[in-house]
Amino acid sequence: MVDEGAPGPIGGIPMSLQHWAYVAMLAFCLAGTLPLVPAFRLRVLRQPRRLMLTVVAAGSPFVAWDLYATHAGHWSFDPAQTMPWRVAGLPLEEIAFFVVIPLVTVLTYEAVRVTRGRDRAGRPRQRSESR
Amino acid sequence: MTYTGITVVAALAALVLDRWAFRTRLTTSGTWWTAYGIIVFFQLLTNGWLTGRRIVRYDPDAIIGSARVPLVGDGRLLYAPVEDLGFGFALVLTTCVVWVWLGRRSGEETT
Repeated sequence: MVDEGAPGPIGGIPMSLQHWAYVAMLAFCLAGTLPLVPAFRLRVLRQPRRLMLTVVAAGSPFVAWDLYATHAGHWSFDPAQTMPWRVAGLPLEEIAFFVVIPLVTVLTYEAVRVTRGRDRAGRPRQRSESR
Repeated sequence: MTYTGITVVAALAALVLDRWAFRTRLTTSGTWWTAYGIIVFFQLLTNGWLTGRRIVRYDPDAIIGSARVPLVGDGRLLYAPVEDLGFGFALVLTTCVVWVWLGRRSGEETT
């Protein structure tokens, strides 16, 4: 659950620029890759089911790893440079990371596939036809 | 297990998914390696931001490196633990494997 009630004047949102440091990195990733959609006429966002399944299936084990690692103390997050909200001890940004990174990964992969020519890209060398 | 150990396991697991479990064989395609090359470049930049600013901090006992955060060296590359490269490789490859596999199953990916 998202717990609110953090320091900050407006609705719990911190006004200090420092708190936006992690959010800024995620925004940078999206700003760099979302333009690939119109630029290469990618159909990624038109396949919401496939995209959602990909994010959930690929992201889940890594979220589990992250939860384990955070609770085991392998790494930690600076409260001064993240938003106040926590989900199971993780900053909300860290959860968003596992949505944003799979998304930008798919967009990058698809853009490369388009530029390399649809008929030879992303195919196994061994031919598996019949579709 | 330390971050170092889990990273190695995760990277190998992703490779097994690609080559044998899902048989997407992306790691045999130039397309995937090109995409990964682009992604890893930006990973180094964005992860450098997260680690260089100490937004994320690592337990020295869990990584090859120490408590120091140099630009390069002591088990770090652009401030980030080298283990992060394994983490990124596993996440990026697993994502592409699932995406491509789903596409082939549904016939979305007709090429």
